[in-house]
Amino acid sequence: MLFKLRVSPWVVPWLFLAPALIVFTWFKFIPIANGVLMSFHKVKFVGPDEWVGLNNFQRAFGDGALHAAIGHTFLYVIISTVIGGILAFSVALALQDQARHVRIIRTAIFIPAVTSVAILAEIWRIIFYPAATGVANSFIAIFGVPAQGWMADPDQALFVVILLEIWKTVPYNMVIFLAGLAGINRELYDAAAVDGASVWRKLWHVTLPGLIPAFSVVIMLSFIRGFRVFTEVYTTTGGGPAGRTEVIMTEIFKTGFERLDYGYASAVSFLLFAFTVLLTVVHISIKNRIDRF
Amino acid sequence: MTQTFSQKIARAVLYAFLLIVFCGPFWGILATAFNSATVQPGQLLAWPEDFTFRHFAYAWNEAKAYIYLFNSIVVVVIGTVLQTLVSALAAYALARKRFRGMAVVSLAILSTIMLPEEVISIPLYLILQAKIPLLGVSLYNTYFAMILPVVGWAFSVFLLTEFMKAVPKDLEDAARVDGASELQIFWHVILPLVKPALGTAAIFGFLMIWDQYLLPLIAVDKKELYTIPVVLRSMRVDEIMQVNIFIAVTVIATVPSILVYLALQRQFNSGLTAGAVKG
Repeated sequence: MLFKLRVSPWVVPWLFLAPALIVFTWFKFIPIANGVLMSFHKVKFVGPDEWVGLNNFQRAFGDGALHAAIGHTFLYVIISTVIGGILAFSVALALQDQARHVRIIRTAIFIPAVTSVAILAEIWRIIFYPAATGVANSFIAIFGVPAQGWMADPDQALFVVILLEIWKTVPYNMVIFLAGLAGINRELYDAAAVDGASVWRKLWHVTLPGLIPAFSVVIMLSFIRGFRVFTEVYTTTGGGPAGRTEVIMTEIFKTGFERLDYGYASAVSFLLFAFTVLLTVVHISIKNRIDRF
Repeated sequence: MTQTFSQKIARAVLYAFLLIVFCGPFWGILATAFNSATVQPGQLLAWPEDFTFRHFAYAWNEAKAYIYLFNSIVVVVIGTVLQTLVSALAAYALARKRFRGMAVVSLAILSTIMLPEEVISIPLYLILQAKIPLLGVSLYNTYFAMILPVVGWAFSVFLLTEFMKAVPKDLEDAARVDGASELQIFWHVILPLVKPALGTAAIFGFLMIWDQYLLPLIAVDKKELYTIPVVLRSMRVDEIMQVNIFIAVTVIATVPSILVYLALQRQFNSGLTAGAVKG
């Protein structure tokens, strides 16, 4: 029996909200406010911080290392979204059968999606070990291809990390596409079949239009995950070799936690946040436009 | 649907390919961890040549994998329970009550949905080190530092709010006429009716907390508090560990989430679908 407490009615909702408000305030709102404040300061460890106005932001516009990291991040997001999206869609088409053995395969291939990124990264480092003994190198040796450097090769490293992102997200996005496929009206396929439509025409005129909401979710999730990517890079290459896999968040992490330049790191964080908000707003307005049709 | 023989072969090849790509690596680390002889770095076996438990025993007892596994489990279990409970309480107020300031509160919580937690890592690190008012202690280097920051999750609050809005008012009114208190209505009327949504919220919460890396990395610097994803990198970088033992630790780290997934598979599938549609 729960005890009864007499309180005036207006207090009730606030009592229910109190735990959430406390954790949101202490771990979200206050850090956000402090981050914004710090981005206008040079943070000192002894004595008060020094107000520097927009200096930190100006610095971001002339910072070559940051620009390189932004370039890598965009490559990361675009390649993983496009290739990951197409692969997830194809896998969903191949596995939409309800037969028992197909269900088992669907369950099995979901394993990377429930494993934490840091663990996947260690597996990736074993598979793409940059010597002849590595799994990937032994595999390509079958076809007579010489051993590659993979994540130790400045020209390949970023793509191997992107492959890790794709490996983890394809099973997850497959589930979203499967939900979309299940929602398509069967009668449309029957009607198309009566009209004598080919497999490709059915795919183009029935399946793809029916999956627009699923594509929208997958693209947005992939963008949000991609621009803030940190763990995938930090645990595989740490930004190397020669800074060729440095992304925005690893750059912020190093500026803040290694060079202890909190002010500048906060300013770059603020810019990344502003960009994420902008993306979300664009996504919502595009989504509303599509929904109106 | 009738299939020709060659279509069947093509399907089988496709299935085998998908299984090798997505599950093969997990099989590989498992087989290699059981292999007695030390493998070359980067090598994975399809089958252990001579079977041994030695590497697991060493990983568990000497490398103390059990400590890090325990830490991970403490964080994910307490974190998921608290997150779901706190979200459900807040959702109850937002879905079933009308009050002054409601719009401001929902907007404030909603705005954090767009916030990548990573961008507040520095101020969050500072606030974890700061002393909490009244208590005079800092959370840094405690389990709370890894748990409390993930307890407030806007996604979970809004998922539960949507589902609680759909519960008919009559049920609540009937309970109130019978003299039920607010907490009783919340616990005995509303929560049982949104059980599937609670499951969905808990599953997303579990995956989100299990995947945390940056937070435990900045929240503690005592090795005995490290979670297993964090300790893996430090074992590789700071201590040069024998290959098979490191792989055994990696296997130990993968097991819990796979077991939870296999045990709750049906809920996972419906939950992920529901979450994807709502989100």
